[in-house]
Amino acid sequence: MYKWLQTTGEGAIAILAWVGRYAIFGARALRDVLRPPFEGGEVARQIYEIGWRSVPLIASSGFAIGVVLSMHTRASLERFGAEAMIPAGLAIALIRETGPLTTGLLMSGRVAAGIGAELGAMRVTEQIDALEASAVDSFKYLAVTRILACVISLPLLTVVMDFAGILGGFLAERAITHMSFGLYFTRAFSLVEFQDFIPATMKTTVFGFIIGSVASHLGFETTGGTEGVGQASTRSVVLASILIIATNVVLVRLIFFLFPVVRS
Amino acid sequence: MKAPDAAIRLEHVSKAFDSRPVLCDVSFAVAPGQAFCILGRSGTGKSVTLKHIIGLMRPDAGRIFVEGDEVSALGGAALGRVRRRMGFLFQNAALFDSISVGENVAFPMRRHTRRSDEEVRERALRKLADVGLERDYDKMPADLSGGMRKRAGLARAMALDPSILLVDEPSAGLDPITSAEIDDLLLARKRQGTTLVVVTHNIPSARTLGDELMLLHEGRIAAQGTTAELERSSDPLVHAFMHSESGG
Repeated sequence: MYKWLQTTGEGAIAILAWVGRYAIFGARALRDVLRPPFEGGEVARQIYEIGWRSVPLIASSGFAIGVVLSMHTRASLERFGAEAMIPAGLAIALIRETGPLTTGLLMSGRVAAGIGAELGAMRVTEQIDALEASAVDSFKYLAVTRILACVISLPLLTVVMDFAGILGGFLAERAITHMSFGLYFTRAFSLVEFQDFIPATMKTTVFGFIIGSVASHLGFETTGGTEGVGQASTRSVVLASILIIATNVVLVRLIFFLFPVVRS
Repeated sequence: MKAPDAAIRLEHVSKAFDSRPVLCDVSFAVAPGQAFCILGRSGTGKSVTLKHIIGLMRPDAGRIFVEGDEVSALGGAALGRVRRRMGFLFQNAALFDSISVGENVAFPMRRHTRRSDEEVRERALRKLADVGLERDYDKMPADLSGGMRKRAGLARAMALDPSILLVDEPSAGLDPITSAEIDDLLLARKRQGTTLVVVTHNIPSARTLGDELMLLHEGRIAAQGTTAELERSSDPLVHAFMHSESGG
């Protein structure tokens, strides 16, 4: 019993200590993003690596999700003779929730694993120390640039996901009803308003911050050689995914509070 | 208090990891242009000493001066300015593996000088030529042998023509011939007036390079002096170390 309590207590302390270190890391990133040097070249390179190179994954996933959502929506609305609402229902579902959350989770898989492994490998091979020895602020150069790239890329990729999904939904619908492109998109956007699109898309900046900061933090803290690098990569994906799902609940509540129209 | 007479000065430096002492009250000074070798068995705090000098670690107690600036009290841009006067050759070279060998050497120049791309490339090529790697500018670090990586690391450490060069185990993992080549390159730097602090197990290498030797044992200075002085020492530990067959 005593040993169990001791193990549990030590585990709880270790978790709290990690949360504290992560909070300091995140706060420092928020502070340093506003302080020169701004590392514009490196941020652009990371946006290319993190954002642009994720477009095929996000677009193809969005397309597939659109097809599947369209089939499900048809199955439900057909019973009530409301097939005309399929494009609007799909667009609302994608833009308000499915697009942002799926983009966040897909990116936490692709990008968090990559950042965790890359920075972890740099830590254990002393490349981060070599940057510092070259009088370069490794935190700004490696962590802040990646976090900023994630924050900028996520909303843009969410837009890609939304439109790929609507396109997928259109093709699924066209295969059955031969609906025209113009009519489908008119119906799809007939119910979508500013309050549906902007808050839901902009909340992914928070997802981007979570992905970039969690993975960078775990990469910077890596110890223990190759095994440590693998753990940093896996933990980055798991923790970023859990935090995105948990934060999403809070953000949706916040959006409902700030934009009451979205609830209706 | 500043100490401009010494290139590097450590005053009563102590450091512990998880309450395990690694450096205990270590004090020494390195004169400008001198080659200072730190010897000792694995885990006695040699590399930790180097990392303190360049400010990668902070001492729990004591002070560290580099050319009069107290590194142990500096941070941010001020520490960056001192680091630009130093080069660091890591044990495994620590080349940035996502960029080419030449870009590794060019990296400090791109960061800290206003030279044009062409000029930086030309200077990086010259630095690589100094270590015999002028044909390897576009190769990736993974394509180099251990000795070539060390030489590329040395070229990067010298990119900004630092007045102080810190070298961690230059001969670790290298055959005797390659190790001697690295020693020759370090000697060439010394002749040009660069202050060297070299961590090594390799006694022949220390004899070749060192104006002064210091033996660390369990975080404390066990002996310090010229090669001749240490070789004459009657201390059993110093005698065993200086006359060990493998050179350390």
